[in-house]
This record gives sequence, C-alpha cells and structure tokens, in this order.
Amino acid sequence: MIEVEHLRKWYRVHRRPPGLAAALRSLFHRPYETVKAVDDISFSIAAGERVGFLGPNGAGKTTTLKVLSGLLHPTEGRVLVAGSTPQDRARSFLQQITLVMGQKQQLLWDLPPSETFLLNRAIYDIPKKEYEATLAELTALLELAPLLGKPTRQLSLGERMKCELAVALLHRPKVLFLDEPTIGLDVSMQATVRGFVREYNQRFGATVLLTSHYMEDVAALCPRVMVIDKGKLIYDGSLHELVRRVRPDKRMIVRLTRPVERRDLESLGAVVEHRDAEAVVQVTQDALQGAVARALSTLPLHDLTVEDPPLEEVMRDLFAQGRAA
Amino acid sequence: MRHALKAFPQLLRTGFAEAVAYRAEFLIWMFSTNMPLVMLALWAAVARSGPVGSYTQKGFAAYYLAALLVRLLTGSWVVWEMTMEIRQGTLALRLLRPIHPLLAYSAENLAAVPMRGIVAIPLIVIFLWNVRDQLGGDPILWTILAPALLGSWLLTFLVMSIIGTLGLWFESASSLFEAWLGISAILSGYLIPLDLFPAAVREVALVLPFRFLLSFPVELVLGRVDRWHALALLVAQWGYVAAALLATRLVWRSGLRRYAAYGG
Repeated sequence: MIEVEHLRKWYRVHRRPPGLAAALRSLFHRPYETVKAVDDISFSIAAGERVGFLGPNGAGKTTTLKVLSGLLHPTEGRVLVAGSTPQDRARSFLQQITLVMGQKQQLLWDLPPSETFLLNRAIYDIPKKEYEATLAELTALLELAPLLGKPTRQLSLGERMKCELAVALLHRPKVLFLDEPTIGLDVSMQATVRGFVREYNQRFGATVLLTSHYMEDVAALCPRVMVIDKGKLIYDGSLHELVRRVRPDKRMIVRLTRPVERRDLESLGAVVEHRDAEAVVQVTQDALQGAVARALSTLPLHDLTVEDPPLEEVMRDLFAQGRAA
Repeated sequence: MRHALKAFPQLLRTGFAEAVAYRAEFLIWMFSTNMPLVMLALWAAVARSGPVGSYTQKGFAAYYLAALLVRLLTGSWVVWEMTMEIRQGTLALRLLRPIHPLLAYSAENLAAVPMRGIVAIPLIVIFLWNVRDQLGGDPILWTILAPALLGSWLLTFLVMSIIGTLGLWFESASSLFEAWLGISAILSGYLIPLDLFPAAVREVALVLPFRFLLSFPVELVLGRVDRWHALALLVAQWGYVAAALLATRLVWRSGLRRYAAYGG
C-alpha cells in the first residue's frame, strides 16, 4: 500500500544570527544551510498494517508524512501510496487518504461539526446512503451524537479531536496518516482515540501510519514500529524486538511483607528504586532466572513481577545511542 | 471540474452559514466600508456653490451610493484568510481535500455577499431611488450591469488570490495588499470619480484594470457611457478577467511548487 525507496527531503534554510546588524546584513547576503530532514529512507507497508513512527522532535517524522500525503515533493527517491504518486495530488489519490494532525484542525471554528461533515460530503462526493451509513457508524463508535450540533469552538479539546477524526474518515480513506492524534488529550480520551483507530483499521482494512510522543499509543496500536532519527531510519520491526535489542535487561518488581536493607536487594541486580517494602531491580536477561530464584529463597516476598523497561526509557536510550554513534 | 461544480452549492451553503456565524464581524466590516459616504459629504460640500466637472450635488450622491453598492457586491478579502492559513499551516488541510483551494475560497467569498448586504443594500437602493433622475435610463446598460458586476467581483477576487498566493514566498503579503488597496482606491474611482482627474491621468486610468474593479459598473448605473462604448468596455473587462485568471494559475502553481519544496 505504501512504497518508499531512497526518499530524501532536503530543505535550504536561511540562517541568520540574532541582532539588528545581522538582520541588515541578511538583506544583502543570505547564507543558506541545507537541512536533511529525511535522508535516504526506504520502507514498505502492506495494506491493513498499523505502523508506529517514532523519533525525537525534528527527526523527520512529520516531513515524511507530508511527503506521503502529497504536500511536500521529495528531493529524491520514489514514493507510491495506494498506487499513486502523492505529489501529483490526483483526485483519486486524495479520495483514498487522510492526514490528521493533532495540532491543526479542519473543522469550521464557528459552526457545528455537522456543517463540516456536510461540506466534506460534497467535496468528496460521497453518495448519500454511504454518507449516512458512515456517519451513523462513526457517531456510534466515537459517541458523537451530543457534539454534532454544538459550535466547534464550544467543544473541549478531546471532543474536538473525536470530531476531527470523524470528519477525516467520512470518505472512508484506505490510508490513514495520523500525526500526533492524541496530543494534549487526557488518558481516557487517548484510550478512546486508540480504540477507535484500531476499530477502524480492523473494520475497513485500512493502513495506518501513526506518529506519537506517547509511547502508550504506539505500544497499544502498532505491532510494527519504525524509528527515525536525524532523517535516517534506524529501526524497522516489531516493538517487542526493539525493546529487547535496546534494553535486553528486565525489571523485577518485588513487594515485600516487611522492609529490607538495600544491600539485600543489591545481590539480585542493580536497584532502580527502593522504598520500604517495595523495590525495582534491573536484571540482565541471562541473570534473570538466578535472580528470581534468589529472591524467592532470601526475601520475605509478598509479590514478584517481571516487566520490560518502560518504553520511554527504551526510546531515550535508543536516541542516546544514536547520538553517541 | 465536474466534481467541483457539484460541490459548489454546498460550499455556498456552508459559506453562508459561516457568514451568519460571523455576524458581529460583518457589522463592523459594513460600517468600515463607508469611505464613499465620507467622500460624498466632502464633494457635496464642494458642489454646493456649483457643479464640479459634470457632477452636481445630486450627481455626487448618486455616484458614491452606486460606488458603495458595487463595493458591497464585489468586495473580496481573501488575502487575509490566505495569509492566515499559510502562516498557521492550515493551508495543508485545504490542499488535502480533492477540491481546488481557490475554488473553495471563491465560494466562501460569494456566499458572504448576501449577509454583507442584508442591511446596507436596501438602504442604498432607497437612497438611490431619491436621486433616480441621476441614474441611467437605458435598459441595455442595466442589462450589461449584471455581467459587469460579475466581472468586477472576479477581477477583485483573482487579484486578491494572486496577492494571497504571494504569501507563499514572503512571510506575509499584507503590506503588498495595503499598497494595492491604496492604488486601487484612487485609480478605481472609489475615492474620486475618474472623470474628475486631470486629463493626462484620466487617459491612463481609463484603460488600466483598476477602472473595471469599480468605476465601470458605477458608470453603467449612472448611464455615463453609451451602449457601444459600454459593450466595448465589458469586453475589455472580461479580457482583464481572463488575463488575471491566467496569472492566478501561474502564480498558484509556482507558489505550490515552492510550498512543496520548502514546507508550510
């Protein structure tokens, strides 16, 4: 569904130091600098896949999404989405995709969302029956009924995002580009959005490419992740494998019936947290079995669980590695 | 294009709903478009002691009322909207929809006309009725007025679109817009009837495109041109419309290429 070969997107950016003198100088002489926002990345995504796109700010995620949705022309490389070259922005292409940007909205600010729905029905030329069916379905899934008649400006951020999603999916696109769709939303609204995206993907077999700062989004939604840093694709595979590769250690969380000394825990591994009768100990994969056995025999255990390190930490380590390399 | 035409009625309906939602803004807009009334007061005072050129006091009244009417019917401010959307990056969302953004803007613009004129136009028509002896009596001229108004609106809209699109190069096109407003206020007959200019300036002003933004329909309302001349002017106006359309296409395309190269 999405084919990207050796995609490069370079910008020429005008650089100027601060200050009046520099501002005047820049009138006559403009030093330019090339920014390699995306630097030779290749990947392909099959129809119906849900892929998470991870990377620090400025890594090239949004630039890639904009190229894929036809807003930016690639500097080099070949891109094919739903059988079309995005940059041509052919009607048949635009009919099949959608781009939701968490920080930008297409809903008309002073009118109720239902007005934007009608507008999009006309623009996408959606047959009446299909429109009604899709709208009913989206309304049920996202619980939109009480929101449709209120002016957009009176909706909360979460309510607005739900309506944004609905308006973006009204034409039943086959490819969804979601750029930070949950930004600024509270935990329960994030979960609603996630659940909805999965539901839409399963019901219509749509392909989903999502960027997010919230690891929860990616962990909950995307069996496959791509990691981009400084314009390069540094990982493409399962989330599980990524975690294993970057942080092969595990976290042993122990709850005790009575407080113990820190050194009692240090014999198990590196102590990450220690509070009275609770502790988190970091253990390498190889030493895990021995450590669990030791904990069982030496500690007054109430409960013991083993977890992967938190995703936030995994990503931090991953990007730190990238910088060091 | 077929799809766009099919979508146009809904675009108009939504545009109208938006205009209604913005009613406070439109009220302010309406009262800020009163320059012709200020000019009318000025010239009426001057003309008290005797006609100025071919304009008596009543003549000035008819001229500026007609100018206000044409302005209300053909005004366009799409530059503001485009500049804002380019700056905020929401132009991207327009580009993702399978309809030409300029077509969508034009619908929003047209749909706002009834709301704009809802109070002002009936009033102006009543006032014009009071000076009806100053208006043209030739039904042919009144017939030509319809396409001439459409031409004025199109020309205004297209020029605004070009200036707005230039916002893709410059941070903001609003200073250019202000320059345009200044020049066109003078050369379109908005402030002073073109035939009151010194002969040399008038000769130039009469063939420049500015005349067709406002003065030409006003001349038709006042019956200040004869039939054949009016027809020739209509052809000239639509020639300018065609040229502006071509220019808009060119500027839009290359603007978009730049946008696609540099990002929003």
